[in-house]
Amino acid sequence: MTVPDAPAAPAIRPARGGRRPALGLVGLLIAALGYEVGARLLFTPEQVPPLSAIIPEAGRLSVGAKFWTATGQTLTAVAVGLAIALAAGITAGFALGSVSWVRRATSSTLDFLRPVPSIVLIPVLVLVLDVREITVLLVAVSCFWIVVFQVLYGLRDVDQVAVDTARTFRLGRLARIAHVTWPTVLPYLGTALRLNVSIALALALTGGLVTGSAGLGELIWSSQAGGEFADMYALVLLTGGIGILLDRLARLIERRLLYWHVATRREAAA
Amino acid sequence: MKAVGYALALPVILLTTWWVASAESTNVFAPPLRTIAEAFGDVWFSGRFTRDVLPSLGRLAAGFAIALAAGMGVGFVVGRWKLARDLTAPILAFFRVLPAPVLIPVLLVAVGIGDTTKIVVIAAGAVWPILLSTADGVSAVDEVAQETAAAYRLPTRTRYALLLRAATPQISAGARQALGLSIILMVVSEMLMSTDGLGFTVVQFQRSFAIPQMWSGVLLIGIVGFILAKLFELVERRVLRWHRGHTGQGEQSW
Repeated sequence: MTVPDAPAAPAIRPARGGRRPALGLVGLLIAALGYEVGARLLFTPEQVPPLSAIIPEAGRLSVGAKFWTATGQTLTAVAVGLAIALAAGITAGFALGSVSWVRRATSSTLDFLRPVPSIVLIPVLVLVLDVREITVLLVAVSCFWIVVFQVLYGLRDVDQVAVDTARTFRLGRLARIAHVTWPTVLPYLGTALRLNVSIALALALTGGLVTGSAGLGELIWSSQAGGEFADMYALVLLTGGIGILLDRLARLIERRLLYWHVATRREAAA
Repeated sequence: MKAVGYALALPVILLTTWWVASAESTNVFAPPLRTIAEAFGDVWFSGRFTRDVLPSLGRLAAGFAIALAAGMGVGFVVGRWKLARDLTAPILAFFRVLPAPVLIPVLLVAVGIGDTTKIVVIAAGAVWPILLSTADGVSAVDEVAQETAAAYRLPTRTRYALLLRAATPQISAGARQALGLSIILMVVSEMLMSTDGLGFTVVQFQRSFAIPQMWSGVLLIGIVGFILAKLFELVERRVLRWHRGHTGQGEQSW
């Protein structure tokens, strides 16, 4: 199989010479203006409500209990699913990646299973599980693959000289894992975490949209079905906000986890 | 020879186990693999292939193509000019994390039910990874290469083409991510609003308790995902043949 040399998702790196946040604000204003004009000229207010209707609605929602209950439910699914994926993925990754014949024997199967979209499970699972469990499982399955593959990439990256050095110092198998293998794999897990929070959120929402399990996805779908379109647009806007917060949180955890890593230290020094 | 054995052994064992273990199954939800295989032939090698599979794939191709063109175009502008990058930074940050499936109800309201909506859903969801990685790639192109091109007085168009070419490793990483996303969006949008297509048919089978048929549909979606990923890999290998990092590890298998 071909292995991408950068398994991480691209993120816009900070522009050279520093950003100009004021310009970003101008950009937002231009986009808002464009949206307003487009919405009024091309669509009816029922199809695409103007911002002047969406933003007050978002404000109203963000102080109400309904939105926060749904957010709590969605985030619970995200957290539980992610925790399962991390535990299972790290175990499976180490089990598969540590022994060379196991790795070779399983690579074709992993290669086949990975691109299978986890949502194909929905129709099967609907028959046997309740919708909350399905949503958690969807999150867990999608995130699991990324964790497994990041662990495998990480294990391949372990420095043989460091392993031999540890052997020379008569470190046992467990001590070698703790002092050599684990620190090599950890940055890859940091990447997995960062990639996974947005995937987990997307799958938790998809579960809500398709199966109607309680949470933001279900709330958005029911406001669409109920014809409360300004509500729906406001919810989408707020969902993006939740996404940004989750992303920030994941980056923070990644930096905390990898405070000793060269890339983090360089970033801090800059 | 040995490599082939390694690649085939586990799948064969797993399939055989499934076949044998399910042979006497009386569980309605887990029918024998034999029954599923028969259903697969009956269901998909008939009129359904042209009625459901082809329209699905057509929408997928259209949506992905639009996302690729738009993402590379806008991404190039964002990556090339710092002004564009600064102006769009907060907007891109929002759309990067906005989960694509929530676009389905929005576009359902804005555009209505129909083929267009599904294509727009796929395109609107898949465009972001391509756009962001193109911008990332273009802005990271080696400055010496750019200045050399300028010193040789290459025409602007050639220089832009060079920039885009140099960014292909990143673009293809983004496009791979976008392809997976497109398949998910294709299936979900058909589950939520459709009268034909793979996702619709599978949900239809499930609702009418045609369990072996439903399983065959699940398998087919899996196979489609796998084949598209493989096709993408083939194209990627061709496009990135020049790229050192890629050719250096091309045949490494583990």
